[in-house]
Amino acid sequence: MNRFLPRALMAPAVVTLFLWMIVPLVMTLYFSVIRYNLMQPEATGFIGLENFEYFITDPSFSTSVVNTLLLLGSVILITVLMGTGIALLIDDPFPGRGLVRILLISPFFVMPTVNALLWKHMMMNPIYGVLAQVWMFFGAQPVDWLTDFPLLSVIIMVSWQWLPFATLIFITSLQSMDRDQLEASRMDGATYLQQLRYLYLPHLGRSVAVVVMIEMIFLLSVFAEIYTTTGGGPGDASTNMAFLIFKQALLNFDAGVASAGALFAVVLANIAAAFLIRMVGKNLDK
Amino acid sequence: MSRAPTFTPALAVRTVAAWLVTLILFFPLGWLVLTAFKTELQAISVPPLLFFEPTLENFREVQERSDYLLYARNSFVTSVASTLLGLALAAPAAYSMAFFKGPHTKDVLMWMLSTKMMPAVGALMPIYVLAQKSALLDTQLGLVIVFTLSNLPIMVWMLYSGYKDIPPEILEAARMDGATLWQEFRQVLLPLSLGGLASTGLLCLVLSWNEAFWSLTLSAAKAGTLAALIASYSSPEGLFWAKLSAASLMAIAPIVVFGWFSQKQLVQGLTFGAVK
Repeated sequence: MNRFLPRALMAPAVVTLFLWMIVPLVMTLYFSVIRYNLMQPEATGFIGLENFEYFITDPSFSTSVVNTLLLLGSVILITVLMGTGIALLIDDPFPGRGLVRILLISPFFVMPTVNALLWKHMMMNPIYGVLAQVWMFFGAQPVDWLTDFPLLSVIIMVSWQWLPFATLIFITSLQSMDRDQLEASRMDGATYLQQLRYLYLPHLGRSVAVVVMIEMIFLLSVFAEIYTTTGGGPGDASTNMAFLIFKQALLNFDAGVASAGALFAVVLANIAAAFLIRMVGKNLDK
Repeated sequence: MSRAPTFTPALAVRTVAAWLVTLILFFPLGWLVLTAFKTELQAISVPPLLFFEPTLENFREVQERSDYLLYARNSFVTSVASTLLGLALAAPAAYSMAFFKGPHTKDVLMWMLSTKMMPAVGALMPIYVLAQKSALLDTQLGLVIVFTLSNLPIMVWMLYSGYKDIPPEILEAARMDGATLWQEFRQVLLPLSLGGLASTGLLCLVLSWNEAFWSLTLSAAKAGTLAALIASYSSPEGLFWAKLSAASLMAIAPIVVFGWFSQKQLVQGLTFGAVK
């Protein structure tokens, strides 16, 4: 086999991806150093780092970085912990396990905009929402979720969407456990906790790495859930990096500032990627 | 899998616990389905109604108000086309990386993944401008291109981890026996990688169907997908939950049902070879 063929096969994907990355990046770089407001087409010209300065000194900036990381961290933590618990719970057969599996995975297929509106209206509405009814049933004051706990509300919605994913990966992983080994450990008098500590959890290690990797990719840019529910507010309480850039671009029409912001998002993504590559490299490279 | 459960108290506890957790997690979706068949008044009744006479009125009204079928067709065309295009680009690349591993294969893979980590919004301005300049704004073709490219890294990864598990000796043996490149592909590689192709395609289909960011920003009344249609229902007053539910149900039902049937295959591929 000559060396030409492998390269020819790789080329289409690599070249298109490269263009997909580099063309927007170069354009973004260019937009970020000029005055470029869609509402003021007469104001143009090179302005150096002014857009960057504007974006960073905007008080929303630091809030959005913190929110992005909070959202990412909480959802990963919630889905990994609960996913592990649920997977362990339904690992062994019980009546209706097939149906449970189907019902559990369903939220993963629900599109983010539906997910968001479903929670915003039917679940979290402070008067008619199901949660408000539950609160009232227990004699508690209903919570106005989206106003009082906007970021937490978004975290709940996104976790609900991603929990099935984590759970299913863990279930699949548990099914490949060595049953003889489990049996043997039980014969030797190991308690369930000991099995958990020394057999189940170590076995799950690599699938945790997969879940963290995939979720990180998708959660860094959570957008639709915020767009359709809180609109980033109240104030900036639920604005993440992706939404802040969107606001600058399509609500303030300031393409220059939005582009400066986009470059920060790229930096943030690369920090996350570097961290991820070290972790995944260790876990998947076997 | 064939271990038949014998009844014990522990099993009873486990069964109840598992079902309880499942019902709580499934509840929002179940509630959406119920609400879709209520009248607007029933939808906001206090306390919430569990039993009522179902109506199909909402579905009729949604179709009348917003031409559901147009959006559904856009969703269908864009997700199927981007999946096929994505597979056509990703499969050869993944094949080449898995069977002709070079010194930089690993770096290329990591680089691909890192492009996916960049938030789509970072590329919004340029892509918007480019789409506008090339008259791809609010067209199915524009969305297909964007969907394909944004799914490509994940597709290459999934296919790569599938191919990696095929022993290269099998291909070599076929080659020794005088198989041409086409025969090798058609009779050895394709049957072996069908599972990987299927699960990758399934995931891509789900991701494209549910993609919201690009369809919200790049499409409108002509090429809008269901995800974008639903977002247009997000006005603040929200006393039209039954219609919203009906529209939502119509938007998610095709892909959820599809997902139910293909979940085993889908998960197999999603584990990226980390789980056997």
